[in-house]
Amino acid sequence: MSYQLNFGALLDYQDVLLDGLWMTVKLTLISTVLGILLGVLGAAARRHRNAALRHLSKAYVELIRNTPFIVQLFFVFFGLPAIGIKMTAIEAGVLALVINLGAYLTEIIRAGIDATPKGQLEAARTLGLSSRQIFIRIVLPPAFQRVYSAVVSQCIIVMLGSAVVSQISVPELTFAANFIQSRNFLSFESYLVAALFYLILAFLMRLAFNLIGARAFSRKEKTL
Amino acid sequence: MSLVSVRDVHKYFGELHVLKGIDLTINAGEVVSIIGRSGSGKSTLLRCMNGLESYEQGAIILDGMEVSTDEFQVRKLSHSVGMVFQSFNLFPHLTVGENIMLAPKLIKRVGKEEAKKLAMEVLEKVGLADKFGQYPEKLSGGQQQRVAIARSLAMKPKVLLCDEITSALDPELVGDVLKVLEQLAAEGMTLILVTHEMNFARDVGDRVVFMHQGKVHETGDAKEVLANPQTPELQQFIGAVL
Repeated sequence: MSYQLNFGALLDYQDVLLDGLWMTVKLTLISTVLGILLGVLGAAARRHRNAALRHLSKAYVELIRNTPFIVQLFFVFFGLPAIGIKMTAIEAGVLALVINLGAYLTEIIRAGIDATPKGQLEAARTLGLSSRQIFIRIVLPPAFQRVYSAVVSQCIIVMLGSAVVSQISVPELTFAANFIQSRNFLSFESYLVAALFYLILAFLMRLAFNLIGARAFSRKEKTL
Repeated sequence: MSLVSVRDVHKYFGELHVLKGIDLTINAGEVVSIIGRSGSGKSTLLRCMNGLESYEQGAIILDGMEVSTDEFQVRKLSHSVGMVFQSFNLFPHLTVGENIMLAPKLIKRVGKEEAKKLAMEVLEKVGLADKFGQYPEKLSGGQQQRVAIARSLAMKPKVLLCDEITSALDPELVGDVLKVLEQLAAEGMTLILVTHEMNFARDVGDRVVFMHQGKVHETGDAKEVLANPQTPELQQFIGAVL
C-alpha cells in the first residue's frame, strides 16, 4: 500500500484555509469572552438568594450539559426560525457556542464559589459590605482563580467544538477542510493540516490564558 | 450610658439551647473578657453582638441600635462594631493596604488619598506600615492578625469584638497581637474578647465573664474574679487552664 502525499496541492486553496482559520479564531474569541461572562452570571444566579433564579440557572445547566452540542446548534439555526427568530449561520454558531460554554462554566465557577471559606464572608459582612459587593469583590476573584485551569480547559474544548458549526456551513476551519477535500480529494492532507491548525490554536490559547492568569493572579508586592 | 446591652438573650441551634438567658451590660471603654469551656456559648454570644448569629429571644442593643442578622442592620452596625476572627480572614487576593481600604472606600465613601492615609495610620498603630503593598500570604500569622485588627480599626468602630484571636498563632507570635490590644485598651477602645489568655484578661481586662452551659455563671472585676473564683465551676476551669 502506497500513498503519495501531496501537500503542495493544498496551496491552491490557501485562501480558503486561512479564511477558515481566521473564522475559527474569531468564533473562539467571541464565544470565550461571552461564554465566561455568561458563566459568571449563571454561577451568580445559581447561588442567588432568589430561588427562582437558582432554579432557572440549574435548569439551564442541566439542559445544556445533557444534550448534544450539534442538536443545540441545529435547534438554534433550524428550529428557532419556526418561532420567528432568524439569524445568519455565524450568529447561530456563536450563540450556540456561547450558550454551551456558559453552561459548563456556570458549573465550574459555582464550584469555585462554593470553596470560599466561610470566614471570608463573615469578615466581609462584619465590615459592612452588601451581598453584591461581597460577591463581586470578595467571592468571585479568588473563586475564579481557584478554577482557572478548568475554565481554560473548557474554553479550549469549545474552540475545538466550534468545528461542529461547519455543519450549518459557517466557513470556519473544518468547513474549509471539507470544502478542499471535496474538490481535490486530498482528504488525508486536508484534515491533517486542519488538525495541525487546531493543535496550534489550542497551544496558543493555553499560552495566552497562562499569561493572562499569571498577570491577573500575581501576588507580587505592589509599590505605593 | 452602656454601649452594649444584652438582655435575656436565648439562642438555639436546632434543638440545642446554647444561650439560656444572657444579661450583660458593657460600658464604653471597658475591656471585657469572656471565658469558659468550649461549648459554653461564649463565641456564639460574641457573634450575636454584631449580627453574625441570630437569637430567638431577648434583645441586644449596641450603640443604640437593635442587633439583628438583617443585612441592612448589619451594614448599619458595621459603623459601630468591628470584629477580629481566630482565622484572620484577610482577603487573599488583596494587598494589606487594599484589605484595609476596601470598607472605608465602599461603605464610608472615603476618597482614595484619604483612604491611603487612613490605612497607613492604622498600620502604624499595629506596627506594620512597611507591609502596605504586600499580600497576606507573605505575612506571618501574627502579622496577618495585626492587619486584621488594623482593617477593623479603619472603620473607626466603638467596640471591637475579638473571637479567640490568638488561638491560631504560634506561641511566640501571640505577644505582638496582645500588645496591640493592650495599646487599644489604653487608648480607651471598648474591647470584648473571647479568650484563653488568662494573664491578659487579668492584667489588661476590666471585667471577666465566665460562661458555663449557656449562662453567665460568674462575673466581676477581672483581678478579683480570677484571684478568688466563687463557684466550683470557675475554680475548676481556672485550675485547668493556668
